[in-house]
Amino acid sequence: MPSTAAIALRGIVKRYPRVIANDGVDLVVDKGTIHAVIGENGAGKSTLMKILYGMVRPDEGSIELAGRPVRFASPREAIAAGIGMVHQHFMLVRPLTVYENVVLGQEPGRALRWDRRQARSEVSRLSKEYGIAVDPEARVAELSVGEEQRVEILKVLYRGARTLILDEPTAVLTPGECEELFATLRRLKQAGSTILFISHKLKEVMALCDRVTVMRRGKTVGEKACAETSREELARLMVGDMEIAESKSSDFRYEAAPETALELESVCVAGPHGRRALSEISLSVAAGEILGVAGVEGNGQRELAQAVCGLLPYYGRIRRAGRAAYIPEDRHRCGLLLCAPAWENMLLGRHREREFSSPLSLDQAAIRRYGRALVSDFDLRPPDLEQRAAAFSGGNQQKIVVGRELSKSPRVLVAAHPTRGVDIGAAALIHDRILRAKAAGCGVLLISADLDELLALCDRIAVLYSGRLMGVLPRGQANLETLGRWMAGLEQA
Amino acid sequence: MKRSLSVALLLIFSMTACRRPQPQAAQAASAPLKVGLVFDVGGRGDKSFNDSAFRGLQRAAKELGIKYDYIEPAEPADRENALRQFASGDYPLIIAVGFIFTDDVNRVAEAFPKKHFACVDYALEPGQAVPPNVVALKFREQESSFLGGVIAALTSKTKTIGFVGGMDVPLIHKFEAGYRAGAAWADAKVKVLVSYAGVTPQAFKDPAKGEEIALSQIAQGADIIYHASGSTGLGVFEAAREKHILAMGVDSDQYKDAPGFVLTSITKNVDEAVFQVIQRQLEGKFKGGVIELGLKEKGVGYVYDEHNKALIPARAREQAERARALIVADKLQVPFK
Amino acid sequence: MRALIKSEGRWITAAAALSLAVLLLGVVGLGRNPALVLRLMVSRVLLSPYGLGQTLYKTTTLIFTGLACALAFRCGLFNIGAEGQVYAGGFLMTAVGLALPGLPAVLLIPLLLVVSALGGGLWALLPGYLKAKRGAHEVITTMMMNFIALALTNYLVMARFHVPETIHTQELPAAASLPLAGAFARTFQGSAVNASLLVALALAAAVWYFLWRTPLGFELRAVGANPEAARSSGVPVESRLFLILVASGALAGLAGVNFILGYKHYFEQGFAAEEGFLGIAVALVAKNHPVGVVFAALLFALLSQAGLALNTVIPRELFEILQSAVIFIVVICQNRLGEKA
Repeated sequence: MPSTAAIALRGIVKRYPRVIANDGVDLVVDKGTIHAVIGENGAGKSTLMKILYGMVRPDEGSIELAGRPVRFASPREAIAAGIGMVHQHFMLVRPLTVYENVVLGQEPGRALRWDRRQARSEVSRLSKEYGIAVDPEARVAELSVGEEQRVEILKVLYRGARTLILDEPTAVLTPGECEELFATLRRLKQAGSTILFISHKLKEVMALCDRVTVMRRGKTVGEKACAETSREELARLMVGDMEIAESKSSDFRYEAAPETALELESVCVAGPHGRRALSEISLSVAAGEILGVAGVEGNGQRELAQAVCGLLPYYGRIRRAGRAAYIPEDRHRCGLLLCAPAWENMLLGRHREREFSSPLSLDQAAIRRYGRALVSDFDLRPPDLEQRAAAFSGGNQQKIVVGRELSKSPRVLVAAHPTRGVDIGAAALIHDRILRAKAAGCGVLLISADLDELLALCDRIAVLYSGRLMGVLPRGQANLETLGRWMAGLEQA
Repeated sequence: MKRSLSVALLLIFSMTACRRPQPQAAQAASAPLKVGLVFDVGGRGDKSFNDSAFRGLQRAAKELGIKYDYIEPAEPADRENALRQFASGDYPLIIAVGFIFTDDVNRVAEAFPKKHFACVDYALEPGQAVPPNVVALKFREQESSFLGGVIAALTSKTKTIGFVGGMDVPLIHKFEAGYRAGAAWADAKVKVLVSYAGVTPQAFKDPAKGEEIALSQIAQGADIIYHASGSTGLGVFEAAREKHILAMGVDSDQYKDAPGFVLTSITKNVDEAVFQVIQRQLEGKFKGGVIELGLKEKGVGYVYDEHNKALIPARAREQAERARALIVADKLQVPFK
Repeated sequence: MRALIKSEGRWITAAAALSLAVLLLGVVGLGRNPALVLRLMVSRVLLSPYGLGQTLYKTTTLIFTGLACALAFRCGLFNIGAEGQVYAGGFLMTAVGLALPGLPAVLLIPLLLVVSALGGGLWALLPGYLKAKRGAHEVITTMMMNFIALALTNYLVMARFHVPETIHTQELPAAASLPLAGAFARTFQGSAVNASLLVALALAAAVWYFLWRTPLGFELRAVGANPEAARSSGVPVESRLFLILVASGALAGLAGVNFILGYKHYFEQGFAAEEGFLGIAVALVAKNHPVGVVFAALLFALLSQAGLALNTVIPRELFEILQSAVIFIVVICQNRLGEKA
């Protein structure tokens, strides 16, 4: 086969003080294909992409673009060589319009008086050419998440990228938006672009990509054509010998007339611009029950979680069987003290408990004992209580948060997207621990954008749309069609 | 900008200063006198008091052949610290600039009884003696203010003159008393308007307030205003320029602050005082106690030069000089309250 | 704890070495003899008991203001009002001391210590309240409180308390004096270093214990590290922000003890000029760690005393540049270390 490799990374090694992030990684991507890179969190995907994009310099190894060796000192050089990165977290200036964001930094025209007309026409030409539907005049602040992502893609295309790196692009999208993204990517491929698709979601990879490279613990462990492999095989490659804990929720028996763990009565929460973020929500969660909350993000899930945890003022009544344990949706923003060691993160929120402290002192020995127990219970890696939270991989960070919250033996748990951005192994473990809490009689409110997760864990599933409760279905009666219609706000139960 | 420029100049100055050959291992008899001078915190470069003291030091170096060093304390607690640095070195005479040093000089003078100290504007507490090895340099500002009063009274066309004091304290009352007395001595019919800018040290740093007071005095008919109020006086000059009247400066020659509108400045010659103390030390005549400098000792005076000659009428100049002669001859007592 | 001192110590030593290098560079640039400067620095500051005493005196004040800033920074707040808090604490202490002439030292001194902390805390009360209730930025409010404190104490001293022809109050009763080091070790005689140094050191240890060994201290650090996470974990963030500023103010308020109870025995207008800003520098160099604050305060005190002792040889401006250079070096180094970690 003639060498049509758009990108060839060979023998890439990157060492950090505590870990080897990339240990002899090879990645060859053919021109005009969509190539997936998959792996658990901390497998080294992000480091590899940062090396390709010039953000990190490798200690060893070579990079070739279309057969020519290159060496990038900065993203600027990578961009000049035709590589573009669509980040997981968007980097847009919200008050500016779409076209302004797209041309920002490379405005057409002279330095002091740039040519807005040309910028606008350039951006609409690009969006027509690749079928990326977005209004160039709209303000970014008014766009949906999916549209923002399209702006990011336009930005990359505007800079002349022929190779696009998409870092977990579907993590923030609704199923419908995912489909649109995939259509866009396929069109880009037809136009001759090469796409690197970083993901956890095997289903998407199988549906979209031509080839897939699997990484584990800093190494490439396999490269397959998607047509010749299966999700099961890829999953096995990703997690290695570790068994995927198949967590099946035992069916909840209502006839046992259990006590109520959480009850909401006509709860309303004020939103921005005089709108209601939550409107007349009434629901209840029994002890030992998991109630799933589905919905496209931004339809009141966050407010629901925060209101239940007492972090947001609300109208109406909320009754809890005890203080709610809370796994927040954004562990970096709300869950962790990133610069603090693991043990302090495990202590946060429990530091006033008599087990760990008197008013004038913290019981160091008891805290370490508890920390070590949590480490082994949650298989925290590395098992180092002194390591700063920021230095753990995403999955292990989430284990710290989940471990801490569940260690409180809560009667009520609010879990918002507990496995988002988390590798399969950690996700399975987290699911298992949530089920254990349920078995111990905890009432769980599980908010997730992942219907598979909800269907696997929940006893009942509720759908939020535009701050209203569209309906609640027992798991047995739930199906994708009904839930999908509710999530789109099409009909109400 | 000005400040950084002056810092740069001082840097250059001190660089060149250091190239002077250092007298090494010279005999005590033939070695030049070494004088240490301590500025107030942030004092050097004030274009007034502290700089004037420094000029005296430089003059002594030139005319009397002494050597000097100076220290600028960085914080209030460093004042005593700096005095002790000199006292423990080979500096027989140490000069502190400002009344704020009074306590510090007392302490260090007690610890180093063989060293001599001079403190400009040393604050004498009633019933308290000056230590035997300390000279308190005081000024009879009332005498020069008296001459100022004479000139103002005889220059005024409206026969109304003004006085703007800074902080309402005894030190500034001396200026007012002399000024009033001088005006009355020259022309009993002249009316003197008096205002103070405040009761806190801020009153010495409030040009806006100074302008406000001056404008109100001008509205009452004043056409000459004397200020003894630090930078508050800049506002007085501003009012003078705006309303085309004349102002009088204080402490050093302030002609340049409002050229054409400064009748004269009532000066306090700290340089002269510093020079005289050094001279006494050299002649072996240093004696602890208060040294008061008035017109006779040339410690105070007023400016009369090519800039303002034209502004002062001949009769005013004549009478002012007559008053000076009377005061110097002790034939005229100037009140200080 | 020992390891901590070691790591902090190494850090400050590096800063000290770098600043010495910058100093000698400056000296050579001015055409002076660096060997002479070094010799004078050693003989006039390090080997002279008086110079050492003065250094320790300066260290004391800087430990107080450094701790105040470090506590606030550590907890995510930028208290730049330390200077105003020093005045407030110092003035209240002086006023109370003057009002209670008859009390014995055993009662009076602890009382005055508490009062000075109270005064400083009081001065941070409004910024703390505004921060907690209105989200007003503490940089603005504490800075404004600086101006108010300076103007107000200036006014009160002159209008009510001052000794004629001075800018300070009457002297406090003798019972309010903290002993000078010279009273115990003759070698320090004449120097201003006094028992406040012990208070400062004890306070540094107490702040360390509080932040790292008590649940409340842990909460405050959590608020500093990530207020959202702290809130999600049930920490009442607003009331803690208030507490942080007030505690920081109280620490700064104690700084006046060194000058007033230990040295001059009266309140003098503007006696703490710049101490608040130096406190910020000390906290920066110390990486906001109480143990580091002690060493960083010593470093800045050494620079200041060396600047004075060498003023006859090299211009003081060089030492002022040097202080800024130290801060620059430290900030740059910290960022680089932060990247690597």
